[in-house]
Amino acid sequence: MDRRTLLTNYAAPLAPPLAARDMKAATAAAGARANYFPNCELQTHEGKTVRFYDDLVHGDKIVLFNFMYAQCQGICPGMTANLVRVQKLLGARVGRDIFMHSITLKPEEDKPADLKMYVEMHGVKAGWLFLTGQRDDIEVLRRKLGFRDPNPTFDKDVSQHIGLVRFGNEAIDRWAACPALANPEQIAKSVLWMQSANPRSGS
Amino acid sequence: MSKKRRENSSRVSRRDVLKTGLVAGSALVLTAKKSVAQWSGGSGSWSSGWGSYHYSDYRNDRTVQSPATTPFVETLPIPPVLQPVSSLSPPATELQAPGELPRPAHQRWSEFLPQKLYAVHANEFSWSFHRELPAPSVVWGYNGMSPGPTVKAKYGEPSIVRIYNDLPSNHVGFGIPSIITHLHNGHTATESDGFPADFYATGLFKDHHYVNLLAGNDAREAMGTLWYHDHRVDFTSQNVYKGLAGFYLLFDSVDSDNENDTNLAALRLPSGQYDVPLIFNDKLFDSTGQLYFDQFNTDGFLGDRFTVNGKIQPTFKVARRKYRFRMLDGGPSRFYEFYLSNGQNFTQISNDGNLLPAPVSVQSVRLSVAERKDVIIDFSGIPIGTSVYLENRLVQTDGQGPSSYSSQSDATPILRFDVDRDPPTPDASRVPSTLRALPPVTLSEVVATRYWTFDQQNGQWTVNGRIFDFNRVDATIKKGTAEKWVIRNGGRRWSHPIHIHFEEYQILTRDGRTPPLQEKARKDVLELHPNEEVVIFMRFRDFTGRYVMHCHNTVHEDHAMMVRWDIVP
Repeated sequence: MDRRTLLTNYAAPLAPPLAARDMKAATAAAGARANYFPNCELQTHEGKTVRFYDDLVHGDKIVLFNFMYAQCQGICPGMTANLVRVQKLLGARVGRDIFMHSITLKPEEDKPADLKMYVEMHGVKAGWLFLTGQRDDIEVLRRKLGFRDPNPTFDKDVSQHIGLVRFGNEAIDRWAACPALANPEQIAKSVLWMQSANPRSGS
Repeated sequence: MSKKRRENSSRVSRRDVLKTGLVAGSALVLTAKKSVAQWSGGSGSWSSGWGSYHYSDYRNDRTVQSPATTPFVETLPIPPVLQPVSSLSPPATELQAPGELPRPAHQRWSEFLPQKLYAVHANEFSWSFHRELPAPSVVWGYNGMSPGPTVKAKYGEPSIVRIYNDLPSNHVGFGIPSIITHLHNGHTATESDGFPADFYATGLFKDHHYVNLLAGNDAREAMGTLWYHDHRVDFTSQNVYKGLAGFYLLFDSVDSDNENDTNLAALRLPSGQYDVPLIFNDKLFDSTGQLYFDQFNTDGFLGDRFTVNGKIQPTFKVARRKYRFRMLDGGPSRFYEFYLSNGQNFTQISNDGNLLPAPVSVQSVRLSVAERKDVIIDFSGIPIGTSVYLENRLVQTDGQGPSSYSSQSDATPILRFDVDRDPPTPDASRVPSTLRALPPVTLSEVVATRYWTFDQQNGQWTVNGRIFDFNRVDATIKKGTAEKWVIRNGGRRWSHPIHIHFEEYQILTRDGRTPPLQEKARKDVLELHPNEEVVIFMRFRDFTGRYVMHCHNTVHEDHAMMVRWDIVP
């Protein structure tokens, strides 16, 4: 973990909603979740290095996150297939003001090349990144994004964390989640509820 | 929680409160707050004032604890009664009015023409939960208050409650400024019920046609303590936590809102200022005094401050006489079991706000989320100058449900009654030995038995292995019939408060056994324990349309633990 991550993990409480509203103009570089999410490095399936907070979360855009691993024999393939339907329903906005992300729970197995194969196999289109990184960083991300169980035994079981898709928009600090196997039309609708009242981009 | 952890904690117990000789206005200094990174050893457990948390290895997930607040310096607020308006513009009609959320025609409009009109504005405002918080909190409520104004309704007096969405459309933070209000336990046609997908944006309104009709025209079906709250799909926990809830009380000639009623049929339960609604919530505040909600939680959200009617640990001055308290667990995820600190029993007169056949003397009052219990507390035998605490002894550290009981000395006092006077006139109220008979359970009416299993798969909430889809009908029921529903908890760990809209039901068995006396009642929420099977009998009368059943741990509800069922002609 880098210093930034450490600070994030033990940082002061989140900016409150109102303060976030007031501060938005003054601190353009740091949004409502700057002190909540780590800014750890991740590798995309295209082999690029990105920073979690700066590159994937920050700004007025709708972001989706889920967890998977390429060799999953359980619900991952069906879930990915369902999210491919969601991507199709969201259309050209994916990659413009909606960004999808799938993070591997098994970073030792899933290298960028493995994820690239997975992307191709499932017909995932542009605007949806598959990500790998350091296990410790991914563990922090998993918990921060709310893929967790209060019981430590269940929390260790990766199959408990692959059924959810998280979405939100930092600009309005609105976050929600639904089962990744939900009706794709409802997922797509729910995702659009994350749109800010005055989006800087998009429809 | 282990004994060791308890000893390590900085939690202030009732014992400590009593030791400090607490009286109103005295400064009770809470044990010094731990800073964020300071933990009580390696247990991963921490404590903050009146609630303690155990996050196992989740120390990264929680960095918020409420600022210190001295208990029992605030006064219990009593929400005012909502007053009707003389007209609405545009007028309320059978069909959708201009500016109203699209809806089908009100069912049975001409039979139930509104006799009362109400205007309610869901809006944002500042509210002080406690004078020692660094600043007032920005909350949502109705007509500038949270809990919202209390609606007092009468059977046979249909009304329109027009609810405007005046919330800020550019809102930032938890909560979504789009609403749909559910009248909880209302026997209400679908277009007025508050179906979760019928939400509407800022600037629109919706007319709720509350007909105040006895189900099946049966006086034994009369309900008493209802509440209204937001039911916006996927955002109910956030919006209700932000304040969108209020009481709706229903009266008839028997439960007549008048302890001096000369009608011989009237029960003359404590009324007026002696009939007090109490909504219990747990909240978490950030360092600036704003409400904090964990939008990344899917198992259940717990606060470390306990509010009653919107104030943290308030006091209530009482006269030496009987009171009726309508106790409601407003959530989002905590269960309570209340005791009186002087060991006195409660006289329970309702379950889920519906009068019991006869009062039951109980040592404790248990509430899962959204349950209501009306109780009578008689202060007549208590000397003036005495304080009695209403205290919670149920221990809950996460969304799984309560884990254990605390001892009396470690109970959390939530409300303090200060007995400060004799009543100005002798107590005319009564608690008759018979209240309201139960409607008969006639198993020969049952046309179908349905099985519903509440469970978890891959960390996701499910009902019968499926995920909520508000366009999918999971049961189609013929109007005017009765059914038996077998409600099962498929999980070994989780408790779920299961709520069914539209008509109250009766519990036949819990794991094969008949329920205790105070649960032989008309219910709309049942606490479903791990691995438990509960069989209920329910009728479906008077209206058709879309309804839901869901877990009322609102965080579970918002993550798809819900089914839609329809009543068809």
